[in-house]
Amino acid sequence: MFRKATMGRKVFVISNYAILIGAALICLLPIINILAISFSSSSAVGSGRVQFWPVEFTLKSYAFVLEKPEFMTSFIIAVKRVLAGVPINMLLTILIAYPLSKEKQQFSWRGVYVWFFVITMLFSGGLIPWYLTIKATGLIDSFWALIIPGAVPIFNVILLLNFFRSLPKEIEEAAFMDGATQWKVLWKIFVPLSAPAIATLVLFCIVTHWNSWFEGLILMNDPSHYPLQSYLQTVIVNRDMSLATSTDWKALALVSDRTTKAAQVFVATVPVLCVYPFLQKYFTEGIVMGSVKG
Amino acid sequence: MENRRFLREIPFHLMLLPGILIVLVYNYIPMAGIVVAFKRFVPSKGMFGSPWIGWDNFQYLLNMPDIYQVLWNTIYISLMKIIAGVIAPVLFALLLNEARNRLVKRSVQTIVYFPHFLSWIILGGIFIDILSPSTGIVNHFLTWLGLEPIYFLGHNSWFPVTLVGSEVWKGFGYGSIVYLAALTGINPTLYEAAVMDGAGRWKQTLHVTLPGLIPMIMLMTILSLGNVLNAGFDQVFNLYSPQVYQSGDIIDTLVYRIGMQDAQYGVATAVGLFKSAVSFLFIGISYGLATRYSDYRIF
Repeated sequence: MFRKATMGRKVFVISNYAILIGAALICLLPIINILAISFSSSSAVGSGRVQFWPVEFTLKSYAFVLEKPEFMTSFIIAVKRVLAGVPINMLLTILIAYPLSKEKQQFSWRGVYVWFFVITMLFSGGLIPWYLTIKATGLIDSFWALIIPGAVPIFNVILLLNFFRSLPKEIEEAAFMDGATQWKVLWKIFVPLSAPAIATLVLFCIVTHWNSWFEGLILMNDPSHYPLQSYLQTVIVNRDMSLATSTDWKALALVSDRTTKAAQVFVATVPVLCVYPFLQKYFTEGIVMGSVKG
Repeated sequence: MENRRFLREIPFHLMLLPGILIVLVYNYIPMAGIVVAFKRFVPSKGMFGSPWIGWDNFQYLLNMPDIYQVLWNTIYISLMKIIAGVIAPVLFALLLNEARNRLVKRSVQTIVYFPHFLSWIILGGIFIDILSPSTGIVNHFLTWLGLEPIYFLGHNSWFPVTLVGSEVWKGFGYGSIVYLAALTGINPTLYEAAVMDGAGRWKQTLHVTLPGLIPMIMLMTILSLGNVLNAGFDQVFNLYSPQVYQSGDIIDTLVYRIGMQDAQYGVATAVGLFKSAVSFLFIGISYGLATRYSDYRIF
């Protein structure tokens, strides 16, 4: 393509690559900086010598973080939350998306139910009534407060129902001719045919559950019930010293606040990094379906 | 006939039942609970049993000295984010579309999409560290360039800029996906025709590519209008501090402090009701515009 390229074109192509790589670096370097800090000694970090490569490499910060009981407890709660929350989200998403993907002729109540769900996207009671409702249903300080109130992800329902609608009608009609029930058609035909869409939604649900912090923070009175991100909110962002015990203070002198924070940030990022390759495979498709979701 | 239809549809109703119950309890009861805005909340009597006090909570609100500043901050920050949140992804998508080397393209995409999937807790931890005026790497770089260090998160004139900048940092890559999809949808014969008419690369971008993107740009802008009172609670809450309340306190953070910290449920609900009502109006208008000017449908 460079055969007839003019001088101006060459300058453009080169500067375009420079800008694109620059943009990628801007996204990457802050994360690399934190990673380098987490692997560096506290004295090197304190004297400002760490940039994008560890200085005086050490794993002390990670050892400190992984031995911290609060960190591990909240990490396990977050894992449990993903393991319990994602299947519940998906089951409800599938069960709602299927009937709503039918035409009015097949399901005469469709319109009513669609509005029932759409209204919740348009209007909400706000923070306080939401909190008071959860309190009234007795979920405060319970693990299930992290799962049940948000169990129906309405955007995901819309994505899946649009996907269901794009499937060819003939297969379904043939199955009904053979006497299959709606239940059978859903699980034996629609779900297997929608595997890519369902995989995308599973990954989105995993990331959403892993990243949620606000529910944990306000629905749990006892900090030992916090999932990881809520716990990190109190130690990294909010710098709540009431959670730091006296043994923490002694240990902190050895590993420094900055390196441990960096290590915690990175440990919390690892699970997202692990699902990211799979996520990236699907989300381009997902967001194109989802660009209609707003 | 009616009867047979009802029997045939029973499985649908049963499938919907669990979801309906959860949405009824955790979405619809809170909607009804908005009445707390007109009540003096008594914990023992609950949302619906507490005594009515008319517009007192709203009266109290209007007399709060900060309320107008908070409203202004919210609109200012969210409008800046809407504008930057359209321009940056469009520019990035245009530049990426010009790149021919597949390896560079894929690698750049993989990297820039990633921050979208990190929570504001993680990003808060990262930004608080790198933006620190004394120890952060960004200010090290600025001093190396011979500039004064900037207190990004602690100075009222810089805080909103930092919010918009970090939001763009997190979202420009992921936001570009819809525009890249729109770019592949542009009819190639348009480019061939433009070349026939003697258009160079620049002219093609101006007269074929950009017009091809306009519908998607319009749609994304219109849809984001529904968020005009959502200035980004997760982000602001994890980056702000009392010294930047003046420029960074938004409706959602105010509701949190009044409601969850001061336990003034009535007043906080009143703010929430105001926000919900205005948002409802904006979302309604934006969906209306979107369905009218493009083939957008939520269902």
